[in-house]
Amino acid sequence: MIPDDRKYTQEHEWVQVEGDIATIGVTDHAASELGDIVYVDLPDTGSEFSAGDSVGSIESVKAVADLYLPISGEVVEINEGLDGDPGLVNSSPMDDGWMIKVRMTDSSEADGLMDAAAYEELLGN
Amino acid sequence: MPYVPHTPEDVRAMLDVIGAASVDDLFAGLPEAVRLDGELDLPPGLTEEEVRQFMGDLAAENVTQADLVSFLGGGVYDSIIPAACDAISSRSEFLTAYTPYQAEVSQGTLQVIYEWQTFLTRLTGLPVANASMYDGATALGEALLLAVVSKRKNKVILPATMNPRWRRVARTMLQGFDVTIVEAPANADGVTDAAALADLADKDTAAVVVQNPNYLGLVEPVQALSDAGKANGALLIAAVNPVSLSLLKSPGEYGADIAVGEAQPFGISCCAGGPLLGFFTVSDKLTRKIPGRVVGRTVDRNGADAYVLTLQTREQHIRREKATSNICSNQGLNALRATVYLSMLGGTGLQELGEANHLRLEALRSEIADIEGVSVPFSGPAFNELVIRLPRPATEFRDFARQFGLLAGIPLEGVADCTENDLLVAVTEKRTADDIELFAEALDAFATGEEVDV
Repeated sequence: MIPDDRKYTQEHEWVQVEGDIATIGVTDHAASELGDIVYVDLPDTGSEFSAGDSVGSIESVKAVADLYLPISGEVVEINEGLDGDPGLVNSSPMDDGWMIKVRMTDSSEADGLMDAAAYEELLGN
Repeated sequence: MPYVPHTPEDVRAMLDVIGAASVDDLFAGLPEAVRLDGELDLPPGLTEEEVRQFMGDLAAENVTQADLVSFLGGGVYDSIIPAACDAISSRSEFLTAYTPYQAEVSQGTLQVIYEWQTFLTRLTGLPVANASMYDGATALGEALLLAVVSKRKNKVILPATMNPRWRRVARTMLQGFDVTIVEAPANADGVTDAAALADLADKDTAAVVVQNPNYLGLVEPVQALSDAGKANGALLIAAVNPVSLSLLKSPGEYGADIAVGEAQPFGISCCAGGPLLGFFTVSDKLTRKIPGRVVGRTVDRNGADAYVLTLQTREQHIRREKATSNICSNQGLNALRATVYLSMLGGTGLQELGEANHLRLEALRSEIADIEGVSVPFSGPAFNELVIRLPRPATEFRDFARQFGLLAGIPLEGVADCTENDLLVAVTEKRTADDIELFAEALDAFATGEEVDV
Protein backbone atom coordinates (compact mmCIF):
# COMPACT_ATOMS: atom_id res chain seq x y z
CA MET A 1 0.00 0.00 0.00
CA ILE A 2 1.57 3.26 -1.15
CA PRO A 3 0.76 6.21 1.17
CA ASP A 4 -1.19 8.89 -0.69
CA ASP A 5 -0.04 11.78 1.52
CA ARG A 6 2.91 12.53 -0.79
CA LYS A 7 4.22 12.50 -4.34
CA TYR A 8 6.66 10.11 -6.03
CA THR A 9 9.36 10.19 -8.72
CA GLN A 10 10.71 7.88 -11.41
CA GLU A 11 13.87 7.58 -9.28
CA HIS A 12 11.84 6.03 -6.46
CA GLU A 13 11.97 9.04 -4.21
CA TRP A 14 9.08 10.56 -2.31
CA VAL A 15 8.27 14.23 -1.77
CA GLN A 16 5.99 15.50 0.96
CA VAL A 17 4.99 19.15 0.73
CA GLU A 18 4.03 21.30 3.70
CA GLY A 19 3.74 25.01 2.84
CA ASP A 20 6.86 25.84 0.85
CA ILE A 21 8.91 23.07 2.45
CA ALA A 22 9.32 19.73 0.72
CA THR A 23 10.63 16.72 2.60
CA ILE A 24 12.40 14.16 0.44
CA GLY A 25 13.31 10.54 0.98
CA VAL A 26 13.48 7.26 -0.88
CA THR A 27 10.64 4.80 -1.12
CA ASP A 28 10.24 1.43 0.53
CA HIS A 29 10.88 -0.13 -2.85
CA ALA A 30 14.16 1.77 -3.33
CA ALA A 31 15.36 0.91 0.17
CA SER A 32 14.67 -2.77 -0.21
CA GLU A 33 16.24 -2.91 -3.68
CA LEU A 34 19.41 -1.29 -2.36
CA GLY A 35 19.68 -3.66 0.59
CA ASP A 36 21.49 -2.78 3.83
CA ILE A 37 22.33 0.91 3.62
CA VAL A 38 25.66 1.80 5.20
CA TYR A 39 26.12 5.47 4.32
CA VAL A 40 24.06 8.39 3.14
CA ASP A 41 25.92 11.38 1.72
CA LEU A 42 23.82 14.54 1.96
CA PRO A 43 24.48 18.12 0.82
CA ASP A 44 25.23 21.04 3.15
CA THR A 45 22.26 23.01 4.38
CA GLY A 46 22.08 26.35 2.64
CA SER A 47 23.08 24.96 -0.74
CA GLU A 48 20.76 25.57 -3.65
CA PHE A 49 19.92 23.18 -6.43
CA SER A 50 17.74 22.83 -9.48
CA ALA A 51 15.28 20.02 -10.08
CA GLY A 52 17.09 16.98 -11.41
CA ASP A 53 20.44 17.75 -9.77
CA SER A 54 22.28 14.93 -8.07
CA VAL A 55 22.70 16.18 -4.51
CA GLY A 56 23.96 13.14 -2.66
CA SER A 57 24.36 9.41 -2.70
CA ILE A 58 23.11 6.38 -0.89
CA GLU A 59 25.56 3.55 -0.39
CA SER A 60 24.49 0.03 0.49
CA VAL A 61 26.57 -3.08 0.83
CA LYS A 62 26.05 -3.85 -2.84
CA ALA A 63 25.44 -0.61 -4.71
CA VAL A 64 25.57 3.15 -4.68
CA ALA A 65 22.61 5.21 -5.86
CA ASP A 66 22.47 8.91 -6.57
CA LEU A 67 20.05 11.05 -4.64
CA TYR A 68 18.32 13.42 -7.06
CA LEU A 69 16.45 16.53 -6.11
CA PRO A 70 12.99 16.31 -7.74
CA ILE A 71 12.25 20.01 -7.20
CA SER A 72 14.34 23.18 -7.20
CA GLY A 73 15.15 24.93 -3.95
CA GLU A 74 17.44 25.53 -1.02
CA VAL A 75 18.35 22.76 1.39
CA VAL A 76 17.09 23.90 4.80
CA GLU A 77 17.61 20.73 6.80
CA ILE A 78 19.20 17.33 6.44
CA ASN A 79 18.49 14.25 8.50
CA GLU A 80 21.51 14.26 10.81
CA GLY A 81 20.32 10.99 12.32
CA LEU A 82 21.34 9.12 9.16
CA ASP A 83 24.99 9.87 9.87
CA GLY A 84 25.07 7.62 12.90
CA ASP A 85 22.29 5.27 11.82
CA PRO A 86 21.97 4.98 8.02
CA GLY A 87 19.91 1.80 8.62
CA LEU A 88 16.96 4.11 9.36
CA VAL A 89 16.51 4.26 5.60
CA ASN A 90 15.87 0.51 5.61
CA SER A 91 13.78 0.35 8.77
CA SER A 92 11.70 3.46 8.16
CA PRO A 93 12.21 4.82 4.64
CA MET A 94 8.98 6.80 4.59
CA ASP A 95 9.30 8.43 8.05
CA ASP A 96 12.44 8.43 10.25
CA GLY A 97 14.59 7.70 7.20
CA TRP A 98 13.75 11.00 5.42
CA MET A 99 16.77 12.67 3.90
CA ILE A 100 16.47 16.38 3.16
CA LYS A 101 14.08 19.27 3.52
CA VAL A 102 14.06 21.87 0.76
CA ARG A 103 12.50 25.33 0.59
CA MET A 104 10.94 25.18 -2.85
CA THR A 105 11.51 27.98 -5.30
CA ASP A 106 8.49 26.89 -7.37
CA SER A 107 5.92 24.79 -5.54
CA SER A 108 4.15 23.97 -8.81
CA GLU A 109 7.05 21.65 -9.65
CA ALA A 110 5.62 19.20 -7.12
CA ASP A 111 2.36 19.04 -9.06
CA GLY A 112 4.14 17.36 -11.94
CA LEU A 113 5.21 14.39 -9.81
CA MET A 114 3.37 11.08 -9.59
CA ASP A 115 0.64 10.44 -7.08
CA ALA A 116 0.40 7.21 -5.11
CA ALA A 117 -1.71 5.47 -7.75
CA ALA A 118 0.67 6.39 -10.57
CA TYR A 119 3.65 5.25 -8.54
CA GLU A 120 1.94 1.98 -7.72
CA GLU A 121 1.45 1.48 -11.42
CA LEU A 122 5.15 2.21 -12.03
CA LEU A 123 6.02 -0.52 -9.58
CA GLY A 124 3.76 -2.83 -11.53
CA ASN A 125 1.72 -3.87 -8.50
CA MET B 1 63.62 -16.96 -16.40
CA PRO B 2 66.25 -17.32 -19.13
CA TYR B 3 66.15 -15.05 -22.13
CA VAL B 4 65.30 -17.23 -25.10
CA PRO B 5 65.31 -15.36 -28.43
CA HIS B 6 63.23 -16.53 -31.34
CA THR B 7 65.08 -18.83 -33.70
CA PRO B 8 65.06 -17.96 -37.43
CA GLU B 9 62.62 -20.87 -37.81
CA ASP B 10 60.25 -19.33 -35.20
CA VAL B 11 60.35 -16.00 -37.01
CA ARG B 12 59.74 -17.66 -40.39
CA ALA B 13 56.78 -19.60 -39.02
CA MET B 14 55.19 -16.46 -37.56
CA LEU B 15 55.73 -14.46 -40.74
CA ASP B 16 54.13 -17.26 -42.76
CA VAL B 17 51.03 -17.17 -40.57
CA ILE B 18 50.47 -13.46 -41.15
CA GLY B 19 51.60 -13.58 -44.76
CA ALA B 20 54.61 -11.25 -44.55
CA ALA B 21 57.78 -11.96 -46.51
CA SER B 22 60.18 -10.47 -43.98
CA VAL B 23 60.34 -8.61 -40.69
CA ASP B 24 61.14 -5.44 -42.63
CA ASP B 25 57.79 -5.80 -44.40
CA LEU B 26 56.07 -5.26 -41.07
CA PHE B 27 57.44 -1.69 -41.05
CA ALA B 28 56.58 -0.93 -44.66
CA GLY B 29 53.92 1.53 -43.50
CA LEU B 30 56.55 3.84 -41.99
CA PRO B 31 58.11 6.48 -44.26
CA GLU B 32 61.68 5.74 -45.32
CA ALA B 33 62.85 8.98 -43.75
CA VAL B 34 62.11 7.86 -40.21
CA ARG B 35 63.40 4.30 -40.64
CA LEU B 36 66.83 3.19 -39.56
CA ASP B 37 69.14 2.79 -42.49
CA GLY B 38 71.61 0.04 -41.71
CA GLU B 39 72.65 -1.31 -38.32
CA LEU B 40 72.52 0.49 -34.97
CA ASP B 41 75.74 2.35 -34.28
CA LEU B 42 76.84 0.38 -31.24
CA PRO B 43 80.29 -0.47 -29.93
CA PRO B 44 81.25 -4.14 -29.83
CA GLY B 45 79.96 -6.21 -26.90
CA LEU B 46 81.78 -6.25 -23.58
CA THR B 47 82.46 -9.04 -21.14
CA GLU B 48 80.77 -9.06 -17.77
CA GLU B 49 83.92 -7.76 -16.08
CA GLU B 50 84.37 -5.03 -18.67
CA VAL B 51 80.76 -3.92 -18.13
CA ARG B 52 81.31 -3.87 -14.37
CA GLN B 53 84.38 -1.67 -14.82
CA PHE B 54 82.65 0.61 -17.32
CA MET B 55 79.60 1.15 -15.13
CA GLY B 56 81.79 1.65 -12.07
CA ASP B 57 83.72 4.39 -13.85
CA LEU B 58 80.48 6.08 -14.88
CA ALA B 59 79.08 5.87 -11.35
CA ALA B 60 82.29 7.39 -9.97
CA GLU B 61 81.51 10.56 -11.89
CA ASN B 62 78.30 11.08 -9.93
CA VAL B 63 78.29 13.69 -7.23
CA THR B 64 75.70 12.81 -4.62
CA GLN B 65 74.34 14.45 -1.54
CA ALA B 66 76.56 12.13 0.45
CA ASP B 67 79.66 13.84 -1.00
CA LEU B 68 78.39 17.35 -0.36
CA VAL B 69 76.92 19.23 2.57
CA SER B 70 73.31 19.85 1.67
CA PHE B 71 71.21 22.83 2.64
CA LEU B 72 68.66 21.93 -0.04
CA GLY B 73 65.08 21.58 1.08
CA GLY B 74 61.92 22.89 -0.51
CA GLY B 75 59.91 19.82 0.41
CA VAL B 76 62.59 17.11 0.39
CA TYR B 77 65.14 17.08 3.19
CA ASP B 78 68.54 15.55 3.88
CA SER B 79 67.85 13.87 7.21
CA ILE B 80 69.54 11.19 9.25
CA ILE B 81 68.33 7.73 8.21
CA PRO B 82 68.80 5.00 10.80
CA ALA B 83 70.33 1.80 9.43
CA ALA B 84 67.27 -0.14 10.56
CA CYS B 85 65.18 1.56 7.87
CA ASP B 86 67.34 -0.01 5.15
CA ALA B 87 67.73 -3.32 6.97
CA ILE B 88 64.03 -3.88 7.57
CA SER B 89 62.69 -2.42 4.34
CA SER B 90 65.08 -4.54 2.27
CA ARG B 91 63.85 -7.80 3.78
CA SER B 92 62.42 -9.78 0.91
CA GLU B 93 59.14 -10.47 2.75
CA PHE B 94 58.40 -6.76 2.48
CA LEU B 95 60.43 -5.76 -0.54
CA THR B 96 59.00 -8.21 -3.05
CA ALA B 97 55.37 -7.89 -2.00
CA TYR B 98 54.72 -4.75 -4.00
CA THR B 99 50.99 -4.73 -3.71
CA PRO B 100 49.18 -7.70 -2.26
CA TYR B 101 46.43 -8.68 -4.67
CA GLN B 102 44.99 -11.06 -2.13
CA ALA B 103 45.51 -8.48 0.54
CA GLU B 104 44.36 -10.30 3.65
CA VAL B 105 46.88 -13.08 3.09
CA SER B 106 49.64 -10.51 3.62
CA GLN B 107 48.92 -9.77 7.26
CA GLY B 108 52.42 -8.35 7.81
CA THR B 109 52.02 -5.77 5.06
CA LEU B 110 48.57 -4.81 6.27
CA GLN B 111 49.79 -4.49 9.84
CA VAL B 112 52.54 -2.09 8.74
CA ILE B 113 50.03 0.02 6.85
CA TYR B 114 47.69 0.03 9.84
CA GLU B 115 50.50 1.24 12.06
CA TRP B 116 51.50 3.89 9.51
CA GLN B 117 47.89 5.13 9.49
CA THR B 118 47.88 5.20 13.28
CA PHE B 119 51.05 7.31 13.38
CA LEU B 120 49.61 9.78 10.90
CA THR B 121 46.31 10.17 12.71
CA ARG B 122 48.22 10.92 15.92
CA LEU B 123 50.55 13.38 14.22
CA THR B 124 47.88 15.29 12.33
CA GLY B 125 45.18 15.16 14.98
CA LEU B 126 42.62 13.87 12.47
CA PRO B 127 40.92 10.52 13.05
CA VAL B 128 41.23 8.75 9.69
CA ALA B 129 44.32 8.13 7.54
CA ASN B 130 44.69 6.27 4.27
CA ALA B 131 47.38 3.77 3.37
CA SER B 132 49.56 6.54 1.79
CA MET B 133 49.83 8.49 -1.44
CA TYR B 134 52.58 8.80 -4.05
CA ASP B 135 53.89 12.09 -2.66
CA GLY B 136 52.84 15.27 -0.90
CA ALA B 137 52.09 17.14 -4.11
CA THR B 138 49.67 14.54 -5.48
CA ALA B 139 48.13 14.18 -2.01
CA LEU B 140 47.34 17.89 -2.19
CA GLY B 141 45.87 17.46 -5.67
CA GLU B 142 43.68 14.60 -4.41
CA ALA B 143 42.55 16.69 -1.44
CA LEU B 144 41.47 19.49 -3.76
CA LEU B 145 39.58 17.06 -5.98
CA LEU B 146 37.83 15.60 -2.96
CA ALA B 147 36.77 19.08 -1.87
CA VAL B 148 35.59 20.18 -5.31
CA VAL B 149 33.53 17.05 -5.89
CA SER B 150 32.04 16.73 -2.43
CA LYS B 151 31.29 20.45 -2.00
CA ARG B 152 29.97 20.69 -5.58
CA LYS B 153 31.76 24.03 -5.85
CA ASN B 154 34.50 24.94 -8.26
CA LYS B 155 36.73 27.50 -6.58
CA VAL B 156 39.78 26.65 -4.52
CA ILE B 157 42.27 28.95 -2.82
CA LEU B 158 45.99 28.26 -2.64
CA PRO B 159 48.35 30.52 -0.72
CA ALA B 160 51.11 32.46 -2.49
CA THR B 161 53.49 31.00 0.10
CA MET B 162 52.83 27.45 -1.09
CA ASN B 163 55.47 25.15 -2.54
CA PRO B 164 55.43 26.18 -6.23
CA ARG B 165 56.02 22.62 -7.43
CA TRP B 166 53.07 21.36 -5.42
CA ARG B 167 50.99 24.13 -6.89
CA ARG B 168 51.91 23.04 -10.41
CA VAL B 169 51.02 19.42 -9.68
CA ALA B 170 47.70 20.47 -8.16
CA ARG B 171 46.95 22.63 -11.19
CA THR B 172 47.67 19.72 -13.51
CA MET B 173 45.47 17.36 -11.51
CA LEU B 174 42.57 19.82 -11.52
CA GLN B 175 42.61 20.18 -15.28
CA GLY B 176 39.34 19.09 -16.80
CA PHE B 177 37.36 19.79 -13.64
CA ASP B 178 36.38 23.38 -14.45
CA VAL B 179 38.04 24.60 -11.26
CA THR B 180 39.20 28.14 -10.64
CA ILE B 181 42.39 28.40 -8.60
CA VAL B 182 42.68 31.64 -6.68
CA GLU B 183 45.83 32.77 -4.90
CA ALA B 184 45.73 34.11 -1.35
CA PRO B 185 48.40 36.80 -1.07
CA ALA B 186 51.19 36.94 1.47
CA ASN B 187 51.77 39.90 3.76
CA ALA B 188 55.06 41.65 4.51
CA ASP B 189 55.91 38.99 7.10
CA GLY B 190 56.02 36.29 4.41
CA VAL B 191 52.87 34.54 5.63
CA THR B 192 49.33 34.42 4.27
CA ASP B 193 47.25 37.54 4.85
CA ALA B 194 44.24 36.38 6.92
CA ALA B 195 42.12 39.43 6.09
CA ALA B 196 42.68 38.99 2.37
CA LEU B 197 41.88 35.29 2.69
CA ALA B 198 38.61 36.12 4.48
CA ASP B 199 37.57 38.26 1.50
CA LEU B 200 38.44 35.55 -1.00
CA ALA B 201 36.85 32.59 0.80
CA ASP B 202 33.25 33.15 -0.24
CA LYS B 203 30.26 30.82 -0.52
CA ASP B 204 31.48 29.44 -3.84
CA THR B 205 34.75 28.22 -2.36
CA ALA B 206 35.21 24.47 -2.04
CA ALA B 207 38.59 24.49 -0.30
CA VAL B 208 41.19 26.70 1.28
CA VAL B 209 44.75 25.42 1.53
CA VAL B 210 47.18 26.38 4.27
CA GLN B 211 50.77 25.22 4.10
CA ASN B 212 52.49 25.14 7.47
CA PRO B 213 55.34 25.79 7.75
CA ASN B 214 55.02 27.50 4.40
CA TYR B 215 57.45 27.22 1.49
CA LEU B 216 59.59 29.96 3.05
CA GLY B 217 59.90 27.92 6.24
CA LEU B 218 57.69 30.36 8.14
CA VAL B 219 55.01 29.35 10.61
CA GLU B 220 51.65 30.54 9.28
CA PRO B 221 48.98 32.09 11.54
CA VAL B 222 47.02 28.85 11.17
CA GLN B 223 44.14 29.55 13.53
CA ALA B 224 43.38 32.92 11.95
CA LEU B 225 43.64 31.39 8.47
CA SER B 226 41.39 28.52 9.49
CA ASP B 227 38.74 30.89 10.85
CA ALA B 228 38.94 33.11 7.76
CA GLY B 229 39.00 30.21 5.32
CA LYS B 230 36.14 28.23 6.83
CA ALA B 231 33.75 31.08 7.61
CA ASN B 232 31.68 30.42 4.48
CA GLY B 233 31.79 26.65 4.57
CA ALA B 234 34.93 25.81 2.59
CA LEU B 235 36.98 22.77 3.62
CA LEU B 236 40.34 23.58 5.16
CA ILE B 237 43.22 21.55 3.70
CA ALA B 238 46.42 21.69 5.74
CA ALA B 239 49.62 20.81 3.88
CA VAL B 240 52.16 20.11 6.58
CA ASN B 241 55.72 18.95 7.09
CA PRO B 242 55.14 16.07 9.51
CA VAL B 243 58.45 16.62 11.30
CA SER B 244 57.17 20.02 12.40
CA LEU B 245 54.14 18.45 14.05
CA SER B 246 56.29 17.44 17.00
CA LEU B 247 56.49 21.15 17.88
CA LEU B 248 53.65 22.92 16.09
CA LYS B 249 49.88 22.69 16.47
CA SER B 250 48.39 19.73 14.63
CA PRO B 251 45.95 20.36 11.75
CA GLY B 252 43.16 18.80 13.82
CA GLU B 253 43.71 21.40 16.54
CA TYR B 254 43.09 24.33 14.21
CA GLY B 255 40.11 22.82 12.45
CA ALA B 256 41.55 21.30 9.30
CA ASP B 257 39.20 18.93 7.48
CA ILE B 258 42.01 17.30 5.51
CA ALA B 259 45.73 17.11 6.22
CA VAL B 260 48.23 16.12 3.54
CA GLY B 261 51.97 16.25 3.30
CA GLU B 262 55.27 14.69 2.42
CA ALA B 263 56.67 12.10 4.82
CA GLN B 264 60.04 11.78 3.03
CA PRO B 265 61.93 13.14 6.07
CA PHE B 266 60.86 9.97 7.92
CA GLY B 267 63.65 7.66 6.83
CA ILE B 268 63.52 8.09 3.04
CA SER B 269 66.61 9.19 1.15
CA CYS B 270 66.72 12.11 -1.27
CA CYS B 271 66.71 10.30 -4.57
CA ALA B 272 66.66 12.32 -7.76
CA GLY B 273 62.98 13.09 -7.86
CA GLY B 274 61.71 10.27 -5.70
CA PRO B 275 60.14 8.01 -4.77
CA LEU B 276 58.54 10.09 -2.05
CA LEU B 277 55.72 9.36 0.36
CA GLY B 278 52.46 11.26 0.65
CA PHE B 279 50.05 11.05 3.52
CA PHE B 280 46.35 11.87 3.71
CA THR B 281 44.19 12.19 6.81
CA VAL B 282 40.62 13.43 7.17
CA SER B 283 37.96 14.32 9.71
CA ASP B 284 35.28 11.75 10.58
CA LYS B 285 32.82 13.45 8.27
CA LEU B 286 35.00 12.80 5.22
CA THR B 287 35.83 9.17 6.04
CA ARG B 288 33.92 7.82 3.05
CA LYS B 289 35.52 10.31 0.69
CA ILE B 290 39.16 9.56 1.46
CA PRO B 291 41.02 8.42 -1.66
CA GLY B 292 42.89 5.15 -1.89
CA ARG B 293 42.74 2.29 0.52
CA VAL B 294 42.40 2.08 4.27
CA VAL B 295 43.50 -0.83 6.40
CA GLY B 296 41.36 -1.67 9.41
CA ARG B 297 41.91 -3.92 12.39
CA THR B 298 39.37 -6.53 13.35
CA VAL B 299 39.37 -10.01 14.89
CA ASP B 300 39.31 -13.33 13.09
CA ARG B 301 36.98 -16.15 14.07
CA ASN B 302 39.38 -17.26 16.77
CA GLY B 303 39.36 -13.81 18.29
CA ALA B 304 42.92 -12.97 17.21
CA ASP B 305 43.86 -9.58 15.74
CA ALA B 306 43.46 -9.48 11.99
CA TYR B 307 43.97 -6.70 9.45
CA VAL B 308 41.72 -6.13 6.46
CA LEU B 309 41.31 -3.68 3.63
CA THR B 310 38.29 -1.60 4.47
CA LEU B 311 36.30 1.14 2.75
CA GLN B 312 37.76 0.04 -0.56
CA THR B 313 34.48 0.56 -2.39
CA ARG B 314 35.49 3.82 -3.95
CA GLU B 315 37.99 3.49 -6.75
CA GLN B 316 37.73 -0.20 -7.37
CA HIS B 317 34.25 -1.38 -6.61
CA ILE B 318 30.70 -0.08 -6.35
CA ARG B 319 31.52 3.61 -6.04
CA ARG B 320 34.02 3.57 -8.87
CA GLU B 321 32.25 6.07 -11.10
CA LYS B 322 31.73 8.38 -8.12
CA ALA B 323 35.32 8.27 -6.90
CA THR B 324 37.24 11.54 -6.81
CA SER B 325 40.49 9.66 -7.32
CA ASN B 326 41.88 6.82 -9.37
CA ILE B 327 44.61 5.79 -6.95
CA CYS B 328 44.16 2.09 -6.37
CA SER B 329 47.51 1.50 -4.72
CA ASN B 330 49.70 3.10 -2.13
CA GLN B 331 53.38 3.85 -1.53
CA GLY B 332 53.88 0.65 0.43
CA LEU B 333 57.63 0.32 0.69
CA ASN B 334 58.24 3.92 1.71
CA ALA B 335 55.34 3.80 4.14
CA LEU B 336 57.13 0.82 5.68
CA ARG B 337 60.35 2.82 5.97
CA ALA B 338 58.53 5.71 7.62
CA THR B 339 56.76 3.34 9.97
CA VAL B 340 60.07 1.76 10.98
CA TYR B 341 61.55 5.23 11.43
CA LEU B 342 58.69 6.46 13.62
CA SER B 343 58.64 3.23 15.65
CA MET B 344 62.29 3.74 16.46
CA LEU B 345 61.92 7.38 17.44
CA GLY B 346 58.75 7.09 19.45
CA GLY B 347 56.98 10.16 20.80
CA THR B 348 59.93 11.48 22.78
CA GLY B 349 62.37 10.87 19.97
CA LEU B 350 60.15 12.68 17.52
CA GLN B 351 59.97 15.66 19.82
CA GLU B 352 63.76 15.65 20.16
CA LEU B 353 64.01 15.49 16.38
CA GLY B 354 61.81 18.55 16.03
CA GLU B 355 63.79 20.42 18.65
CA ALA B 356 67.11 19.48 17.02
CA ASN B 357 65.82 20.74 13.67
CA HIS B 358 64.76 23.97 15.25
CA LEU B 359 67.99 24.51 17.19
CA ARG B 360 70.16 23.92 14.12
CA LEU B 361 68.15 26.39 12.11
CA GLU B 362 68.51 28.99 14.86
CA ALA B 363 72.25 28.27 14.99
CA LEU B 364 72.45 29.14 11.28
CA ARG B 365 70.38 32.27 11.83
CA SER B 366 72.79 33.55 14.49
CA GLU B 367 75.90 32.39 12.61
CA ILE B 368 75.04 34.57 9.60
CA ALA B 369 73.60 37.50 11.54
CA ASP B 370 76.76 39.60 11.39
CA ILE B 371 77.66 39.02 7.76
CA GLU B 372 77.56 42.34 6.01
CA GLY B 373 75.10 42.64 3.14
CA VAL B 374 73.22 39.51 4.18
CA SER B 375 69.88 39.65 5.94
CA VAL B 376 66.92 37.50 6.92
CA PRO B 377 63.94 39.30 5.36
CA PHE B 378 61.23 37.56 7.40
CA SER B 379 61.70 37.60 11.15
CA GLY B 380 58.82 35.33 12.19
CA PRO B 381 59.28 31.85 13.66
CA ALA B 382 60.62 29.36 11.14
CA PHE B 383 61.02 25.60 11.02
CA ASN B 384 63.52 23.63 8.95
CA GLU B 385 64.04 26.48 6.51
CA LEU B 386 65.13 30.09 6.41
CA VAL B 387 65.04 32.73 3.69
CA ILE B 388 68.34 34.56 3.37
CA ARG B 389 68.60 37.77 1.37
CA LEU B 390 71.95 38.10 -0.38
CA PRO B 391 73.71 41.14 -1.80
CA ARG B 392 73.66 39.56 -5.29
CA PRO B 393 71.50 36.96 -7.08
CA ALA B 394 70.94 33.72 -5.21
CA THR B 395 71.85 31.69 -8.29
CA GLU B 396 75.35 33.20 -8.11
CA PHE B 397 75.79 32.12 -4.51
CA ARG B 398 74.41 28.68 -5.31
CA ASP B 399 77.17 28.21 -7.90
CA PHE B 400 79.82 29.90 -5.75
CA ALA B 401 79.10 27.68 -2.75
CA ARG B 402 79.90 24.51 -4.71
CA GLN B 403 83.60 25.35 -4.28
CA PHE B 404 83.03 24.78 -0.57
CA GLY B 405 81.35 21.45 -1.21
CA LEU B 406 77.99 23.00 -0.36
CA LEU B 407 74.55 22.63 -1.87
CA ALA B 408 73.52 26.05 -0.66
CA GLY B 409 69.78 26.09 -1.20
CA ILE B 410 67.02 27.02 -3.62
CA PRO B 411 66.78 30.44 -5.31
CA LEU B 412 63.36 31.90 -4.53
CA GLU B 413 62.68 34.39 -7.28
CA GLY B 414 59.01 34.24 -8.24
CA VAL B 415 57.72 32.83 -4.97
CA ALA B 416 55.42 35.23 -3.06
CA ASP B 417 57.28 38.57 -2.96
CA CYS B 418 60.76 37.08 -2.96
CA THR B 419 63.48 38.69 -5.08
CA GLU B 420 66.23 37.16 -7.17
CA ASN B 421 68.56 37.71 -4.21
CA ASP B 422 66.56 35.45 -1.90
CA LEU B 423 67.72 31.93 -1.14
CA LEU B 424 65.82 29.20 0.69
CA VAL B 425 68.17 27.37 3.04
CA ALA B 426 67.19 24.13 4.79
CA VAL B 427 68.79 22.98 8.02
CA THR B 428 67.88 19.58 9.36
CA GLU B 429 69.05 17.70 12.43
CA LYS B 430 71.77 16.21 10.22
CA ARG B 431 73.66 19.51 9.81
CA THR B 432 76.50 19.75 12.29
CA ALA B 433 78.00 22.86 13.83
CA ASP B 434 80.90 22.46 11.37
CA ASP B 435 78.48 22.35 8.42
CA ILE B 436 76.81 25.52 9.58
CA GLU B 437 80.17 27.22 10.08
CA LEU B 438 81.21 26.21 6.58
CA PHE B 439 78.01 27.71 5.19
CA ALA B 440 78.65 30.97 7.03
CA GLU B 441 82.23 31.01 5.78
CA ALA B 442 81.07 30.59 2.17
CA LEU B 443 78.42 33.25 2.64
CA ASP B 444 80.92 35.66 4.15
CA ALA B 445 83.34 35.12 1.27
CA PHE B 446 80.53 35.65 -1.24
CA ALA B 447 79.26 38.79 0.47
CA THR B 448 82.67 40.40 0.74
CA GLY B 449 83.47 39.44 -2.84
CA GLU B 450 86.66 37.63 -1.84
CA GLU B 451 88.49 35.51 -4.32
CA VAL B 452 88.36 32.01 -2.99
CA ASP B 453 91.05 29.44 -3.40
CA VAL B 454 89.68 26.18 -2.08
